[in-house]
Amino acid sequence: MTKEIRLAKKKRRNQKIAFGLFSLISYAVVAILFVILAFIVIKGIGVISWEFISAMPSNGMTEGGIYPAIIGTLCLVLVSMVFAFPVGVLAAIYMNEYVKEGWPKKIIKQMTNNLAGVPSIVFGLFGMSLFVNKMGFGDSILAGGLTLGLLVLPIVIRTTEESLKAVDDTFRQASFGLGASKWETTSKIVFPIAFPNIITGLILSIGRVSGETAPILFTVAAYFLPKLPTSIFDQAMALPYHLYVIATSGTNIEASRAMAYGTALILIIIVLISNLLANALRKYYGKKVKMN
Amino acid sequence: MKTNLKQIKEKVIESILMLSSAATSITVILIVFFLFIEGAGVFSKKPIEDGFLLAVAADNPVKKLEPSQIKDIFDQKIKNWKEVGGKDEAIVLFRTSDISQYYTDEELGENFEYFPAKINELIAKTPGIVAFFSDKYKAKDFKGRELDIDRIKVFEFLSGEEWFPTAQPIAQMGVKPLIYGTLWVSFGAILLALPIGLAAAIYLSEIAKKRTRSLLKPLIELLAGIPSVVYGFFGLVVIVPLIQSLFNLPVGETALAGSVVLAIMALPTIITISEDAMRNTPRAMKEASLALGASQWQTIYKVVIPYSASGITAGAILGIGRAIGETMAVLMVTGNAAVIPKSFLAPVRTIPATIAAELGEAPNGGLHYEALFALGCILFLITFGINMLVEMVTNKQSHKKH
Repeated sequence: MTKEIRLAKKKRRNQKIAFGLFSLISYAVVAILFVILAFIVIKGIGVISWEFISAMPSNGMTEGGIYPAIIGTLCLVLVSMVFAFPVGVLAAIYMNEYVKEGWPKKIIKQMTNNLAGVPSIVFGLFGMSLFVNKMGFGDSILAGGLTLGLLVLPIVIRTTEESLKAVDDTFRQASFGLGASKWETTSKIVFPIAFPNIITGLILSIGRVSGETAPILFTVAAYFLPKLPTSIFDQAMALPYHLYVIATSGTNIEASRAMAYGTALILIIIVLISNLLANALRKYYGKKVKMN
Repeated sequence: MKTNLKQIKEKVIESILMLSSAATSITVILIVFFLFIEGAGVFSKKPIEDGFLLAVAADNPVKKLEPSQIKDIFDQKIKNWKEVGGKDEAIVLFRTSDISQYYTDEELGENFEYFPAKINELIAKTPGIVAFFSDKYKAKDFKGRELDIDRIKVFEFLSGEEWFPTAQPIAQMGVKPLIYGTLWVSFGAILLALPIGLAAAIYLSEIAKKRTRSLLKPLIELLAGIPSVVYGFFGLVVIVPLIQSLFNLPVGETALAGSVVLAIMALPTIITISEDAMRNTPRAMKEASLALGASQWQTIYKVVIPYSASGITAGAILGIGRAIGETMAVLMVTGNAAVIPKSFLAPVRTIPATIAAELGEAPNGGLHYEALFALGCILFLITFGINMLVEMVTNKQSHKKH
């Protein structure tokens, strides 16, 4: 009898220790996030000023601002989204609304998964070989934007597919019952219902595109270019590459440290805003749909 | 008539949709095509710089040399021709800059116009010579013989232990140190991240209250959203100095620094995927275990973990895949020394970091450029294999469910 009680006590104690450890580890993971964020915010907040985001870099990138890098990243986001958003959404519509289960669908799914697993530096090699050299775009916003567009294509497809799947089948059946065609049903019924969620995916991929460095190293990014791009065939600076440059190979690494903290903070802010916005949208529309 | 038009419109739209859905497949095929076309070039060229040649005396019986032999000759590890199958004759090295040892400036002419003739003369009168010079100095009545150099073989490329792609006179393209570096850093990262990630996944799926979970999970997912260059920067200014002072090292840029940064980056992947797998454990199984008198902790490690093992494995493999392909963060913190790593506290260089660091300096279409594309092929094949593995593991899981 006493032995059993001892065993039970031991069991309970073991469980307590294990659970305590696990919760501690989970909070530690979250703590890592806060340490990184806090570190960059504290070090970078003093650098951020109107001049920092609106002036050209000067004095070997140790002073001035990062205006051309911000504009360059904006251009890259725009070009990549103009390509990836329509193609990705149309592909997802085909996958979810049109094609029946079977091997073509399996292959497309598999290929999309494979594309999502390709390392970003391989996209860089590919973009350089195809867009920069073969197609003759040179180092340009077009080449870099298209490379980034291909990189986020699987993400756009996946989030759009999930949004379409979430649309209740009764909507489709009701529409077909009223004599609407497949495209009419998709474009007038299914798509508008799924739209808020699709936009959420779009915002998340914008966050991803603005932080990617490896694909733009050899397709667009300029080390130092104190003017704004005038067309999509121009080279441009970009925020992530700018951070890499001034953190590792600037003319004076110590002197440009402050600028690096500021640039890192701007990147973090972009990612945070896109995540928060996406979450807020999801919550807002999630409630609205439930009320209907 | 009107319905006919409508039908045509439907068909047109459907084909546009179909075309879009083919975009990813086409991209994958194009990536494979371009990577392998450019990468294959490295095996069809001689590993000597364009416009340069190696020449020996005309009566030297050695016709052909392997790239590694040439390197040993110029490093003076091989000093006699008989070591490479020739006569018993000491090897005399000659580079263009050595010309002043043999001829005065006047003899060479004001604009080096007699340079070709003099090299010609030197090769003719020195039986043991091996000369490395630009082919614009090759005389019309060349008396020496151009040495044939073996192409780089695939096996040599994979097993070579030296990576000096711009070395003179012969480029050394051995990717073994880079492959080892990549594997060391990635497996180090998984060793760190897997136990932490599993513990967090167990906590989130089985122990934490719903509110705690809905608070922690988005924060952990946010960790995945931070750009890799920011991780690299953080690693550079925080983790690298920390490791340096902790282990009292001359430099903090080490394999360990790379592993730590990659572990942080792999955590969200491992946690989300294993947590999803654990939450898929049927409630009935857990309740049966609890009803038999097992504690919650026993239920977790005897029921939940075995049930979700394939999902956990998928998460771990996917984490390794991410780590192997990660470029910027690793490039910034590992020190980039292309040697086979002997310890976690030494600098290493990974395949992606090599591509990122060197492609900018490699002339388009040259041997170095093609070698970097061949590295890209290796990287692509590794990650492709990993994806297939994940697919297999998760398929097994879905079969089990039915």
